[in-house]
Amino acid sequence: MGVPIKVQVNGKTYERTVEPRTLLVHFLREELGLTGTNVGCETSLCGACTVMVDGKTVKSCTQLALQADGSSVTTIEGIADGDRLSAVQEGFWEKHGLQCGYCTPGMIMAATHLLSENPKPSEAEIRAGLKGNLCRCTGYHNIVEAVKYAAAKMA
Amino acid sequence: MYPAKFDYVRAHSIEEALQLLSQHEDAKLLAGGHSLIPMMKLRLAQPTTVIDIGRIDGLRGVRRISGDDGDTLQIGALTTHAELAASAELREHAPVIAEAAAAIGDAQVRHRGTIGGNIAHADPASDLPAALLAAGATVHLQGPSGTRTVPASAFFVDLLTTDLGMDELVTGVEVPVRGEGTGQAYLKFEHPASGYAVVGAAAAVSMRGGECTAASIYLNGVCATPLDGSAVAAKIAGTAADDATINAAVAALTAEDPLADVYASGEYRAHLAKVYAKRALKAARDRA
Amino acid sequence: MSGKIGSAIKRREDPALITGRGRYTDDLKLPGMLHAAIVRSPHAHARIRGIDIAAAKASPGVHGVFTAEDVNAAGLPGMVPVGWLLPELKTPPHPILASEKVNHVGDAVAVVVADERYQARDAADLVEVDYEPLPASSNPKKTTEGAQQIHDEAPNNIAFDWEIGDRAKTDAAFAAAAHTVEVDLTNNRLIPFAIEPRAVIADYDGDRGAITVHMTTQNPHVHRLLMCLASLGFPEHKVRVVAPEVGGGFGSKIHHYADETIVCLCSIKLGRPVKWTATRTETNLTDAHGRDHVTHAELALDEGGKITGLRVETWANMGAYLSTFAPAVPTYLYGTLLSGQYDIPAIHAHVVGTFTNTCPVDAYRGAGRPEATFVVERLMHLAGEATGLGPAEIRRRNFVRPDAFPYETQVALTYDSGNYEPALDRALELVGYDALVAEQAERRKDRTRPQIGIGFSNFIEACGLAPSAVVGSLGAQAGQWESADVRVHPTGTVTVYTGSSSHGQGHETTFAQIVADKLGLEVDQVEVVHGDTDKVQFGMGTYGSRSAAVGGSAIARSVEKIVEKSKRIAAHLLEASAEDIDFAGGKFTVKGSPESSLGWADVTLQAYLAHNYPDDLEPGLSATTFYDPSNFTYPFGSHICVVEVDPETGNTRLLQYVAVDDVGNVINPMIVEGQVHGGLAQGIGQALWEGTAYDEQAQLLTGSLMDYALPKIHNLPMYTLDRTVTPCPHNPLGVKGVGEAGAIASPPAVVNAVLDALQPWGVRHLDMPLHAEKVWRATQA
Repeated sequence: MGVPIKVQVNGKTYERTVEPRTLLVHFLREELGLTGTNVGCETSLCGACTVMVDGKTVKSCTQLALQADGSSVTTIEGIADGDRLSAVQEGFWEKHGLQCGYCTPGMIMAATHLLSENPKPSEAEIRAGLKGNLCRCTGYHNIVEAVKYAAAKMA
Repeated sequence: MYPAKFDYVRAHSIEEALQLLSQHEDAKLLAGGHSLIPMMKLRLAQPTTVIDIGRIDGLRGVRRISGDDGDTLQIGALTTHAELAASAELREHAPVIAEAAAAIGDAQVRHRGTIGGNIAHADPASDLPAALLAAGATVHLQGPSGTRTVPASAFFVDLLTTDLGMDELVTGVEVPVRGEGTGQAYLKFEHPASGYAVVGAAAAVSMRGGECTAASIYLNGVCATPLDGSAVAAKIAGTAADDATINAAVAALTAEDPLADVYASGEYRAHLAKVYAKRALKAARDRA
Repeated sequence: MSGKIGSAIKRREDPALITGRGRYTDDLKLPGMLHAAIVRSPHAHARIRGIDIAAAKASPGVHGVFTAEDVNAAGLPGMVPVGWLLPELKTPPHPILASEKVNHVGDAVAVVVADERYQARDAADLVEVDYEPLPASSNPKKTTEGAQQIHDEAPNNIAFDWEIGDRAKTDAAFAAAAHTVEVDLTNNRLIPFAIEPRAVIADYDGDRGAITVHMTTQNPHVHRLLMCLASLGFPEHKVRVVAPEVGGGFGSKIHHYADETIVCLCSIKLGRPVKWTATRTETNLTDAHGRDHVTHAELALDEGGKITGLRVETWANMGAYLSTFAPAVPTYLYGTLLSGQYDIPAIHAHVVGTFTNTCPVDAYRGAGRPEATFVVERLMHLAGEATGLGPAEIRRRNFVRPDAFPYETQVALTYDSGNYEPALDRALELVGYDALVAEQAERRKDRTRPQIGIGFSNFIEACGLAPSAVVGSLGAQAGQWESADVRVHPTGTVTVYTGSSSHGQGHETTFAQIVADKLGLEVDQVEVVHGDTDKVQFGMGTYGSRSAAVGGSAIARSVEKIVEKSKRIAAHLLEASAEDIDFAGGKFTVKGSPESSLGWADVTLQAYLAHNYPDDLEPGLSATTFYDPSNFTYPFGSHICVVEVDPETGNTRLLQYVAVDDVGNVINPMIVEGQVHGGLAQGIGQALWEGTAYDEQAQLLTGSLMDYALPKIHNLPMYTLDRTVTPCPHNPLGVKGVGEAGAIASPPAVVNAVLDALQPWGVRHLDMPLHAEKVWRATQA
């Protein structure tokens, strides 16, 4: 049975009805067509599905859509300012912080949040801050470089 | 990846939650969802009703309360791990809890997981239980017949089993403000896959005039419930708590029926327990 | 953007991927699309007594439930083929849906199609399969020792028995040896774990009798070919396979899986598009795993530490069925690499491929070469100890000398080029070897302190797969050339159609650089098309570090043809002879009269106008090349890993990782370094954390990220990279390939480092993954 939900995503308000069991990630992908947020595991460990709910990163595979009712959600589609990439997006591009790109939206969301709390992270702090996100392609070296680039750019 | 069907109801007060809990068979309480939803996605849990208590007012945050037996910190059950880790009150007065909370999972998990949900689930590899014990915490419960408090030491009953009744919910945790000269520490050997504690040691050591007046050490991950190291603590209290004393004392730590999995055998866990007990006690002493 | 070969330009792929606009298979939604869930065996080995689909069929939203009966009724051949044959290889049937017997956990028995994926999963739970469990095996050696027979066709569960080299000569070398070292080792089974799970969307068009399949593939044409030949049975021109963005592969998306044809069956039966996306559990249970060897290996040396012989005995796990290229991996991609970087006069290897009740094993990043490198480099470590020469000197004494190339090994390869010692020298310099050795000696004075270990790995790989005639003679059921169609448009911009199918490697950037460099264009003037059988002529795909060396060479050859033809057009326009035309920087000039020149676009336009045109030339300007390499390429490198081992817990911490690689000429250094980084992490993961475990019933105990430890960001260091450059002498770009280097080199570097740290305890060998408990136990012995 559908339950009504009202949620703001990337600044736009959506009103829908959802089956209670619908996970937030499926709501975003299937219902709203925001397919930038990916699913990589089913044990809340890979971080590919990371989005922000009310300014905090969460794993959207481990949250019911209904738990976000009334919240403001930001996904990878809402990170750039129009055509202007965010510093984190730019860092990932400049520093080759991605290869296949599948983990990248989640990585960018996690890095964005990290820098919002700690604008000048050390290498160790970057690594600790992104430990909830797995990448199988880059060996993480250039992801660290990408976050450093973004931090410098934002300073 | 796809939970089975269930009915969803949202509780706006503790009373409403308790009433819903009594009305629905096979109901599960949902706070942050970081214990329940993973189980539901794998269909290891298939509740018919999910009662969302995540929005109940007044169950979130850390407050300092003055009492007859000294000051305590009241932690609301819906306080997230991230809030615990960042709480100035906890970092000052019960740092072992802030430190254990910071060691949980990752940033995203800490943003959603709650202390109430965590302890109600009672995963033996979780980080908070031993820290609550080392800090001398008490768990506050509420049921149809009113509220009650249980010392953390009596709350964790068995693997994934607590003293929480089917018709009750956790409303909060109360922690005494640490005394003058008391140091606390949480150290963890992290599972390389899950990020849970293979062993997590929570220690508190009180020093006065170069003498240890009290010590406590509890460990996550070793047994079905937090491993009680009071035999070790007893050998340290009354000494100068120097390295040699601590090194010798941890020999008294014995783990009955240690947990074992593909990654770590019971014997290894029992060994790590000693190593981490030692390291946590020293760290706590150094901070005392 | 100028993108000369050798410049580290940013990737053109990235703007879509960093904004969430990349479209992966599961992102696609076709009109009327339904969702499939596959019902899989929970048993590793069981007879099927019956399948009851009634309840599932009645479940809400369900459109169909299909089993093996429906495969036959639909007239599909329904068999998963094997694409590489060996002499006397046993090839038991592998039906896409099992009807009589299941042979591993995850074997497919039925499929449910519903309106949406939650409903499909609900209904899948209602399919009742009556199983009679049978004893099961998982170990590649023990399965041959009286375990339950898995396939009637394969007595003792042996799939093949293969050897290479000269046994008698090798035995003689051992009889005369001054030193011998030996090791019993396993090469741990790995889950490839592309972060994107496999997915398929099949869309059957009944009117045309045609089907379009969007899927997670590294090689769309190979998938189409295998489906048409064996599982789906459609004529090839009626099947279109498209690879949208693909979220990593590492080998796992080369292979043809039953699921792909199962989803086609659903679409054929229902006349609607059907999507299936694996859950993580599903993809981990069924994506072909990697490695899984049990090996006994011995090295013979003379008084001076010169190797005289190498003897290897390996049991290689094939899993329950032979996956696409599985038989080649532990044979021609393994046995032939056992000479490493060394001049070894006698080698013999014997490999037994076996069936077990586990997920099939096939190519995974490195495919055979990491296993060979691990054997050789573990033995070199032990030989350095046994002879007292140490890890650097034992290697120096045995390197193939730079003047010995082309060097013919005793295991059927001819190394075209190489110069191994400079890479080792550079690695020693970068790591600060002398200071480390001093620090190590200091720590060893107190065994309770964390110990320093330094591990070496000098690897070689044969990549750029491969000369078709050679692989054909070795059993490949496909050629291994690559194709490129380079089309120059009238206005001078270029579209490249390549058979290489990128899934993270950056082809759209690298390949455009090749064209831009050679035609004097900007990178933005070159478009690269890949991953669609309806657009691209044919292609063998991306794997085996072959894209630059084979796919890139095909493009370079096509560009050469285009330059040749455009020079003739320019000559005609400039009233000169073609031999007198120089082409550089996008400009055609007549030798000796530089004022007489034409721009690139002047000529390309004329190629299409053909108004003023040579009589003997066809209009148009495009060139197709099917480039078949004349040899493998032989990248090599020298890696040094430094670890700190805490003897009290057994935990290993990486302090430094230095990799000096020689991958020949480099098109885009940034992308090359990224490939090395990723490979290193995967190899370090294999050494320290990753590894499957099965119980007695062959149940996978490490099926999820709760137990299977991928390398994580907080457990890895920054890597220190450098390169030497020895160009490949036999391809037009001088490139060799880099995709697998890191994964091949790093496992022995890490393991040798940990064992070096454990030297005070006299530990000779530990099997990967070097979980802390294993290391701790070694210090307790």
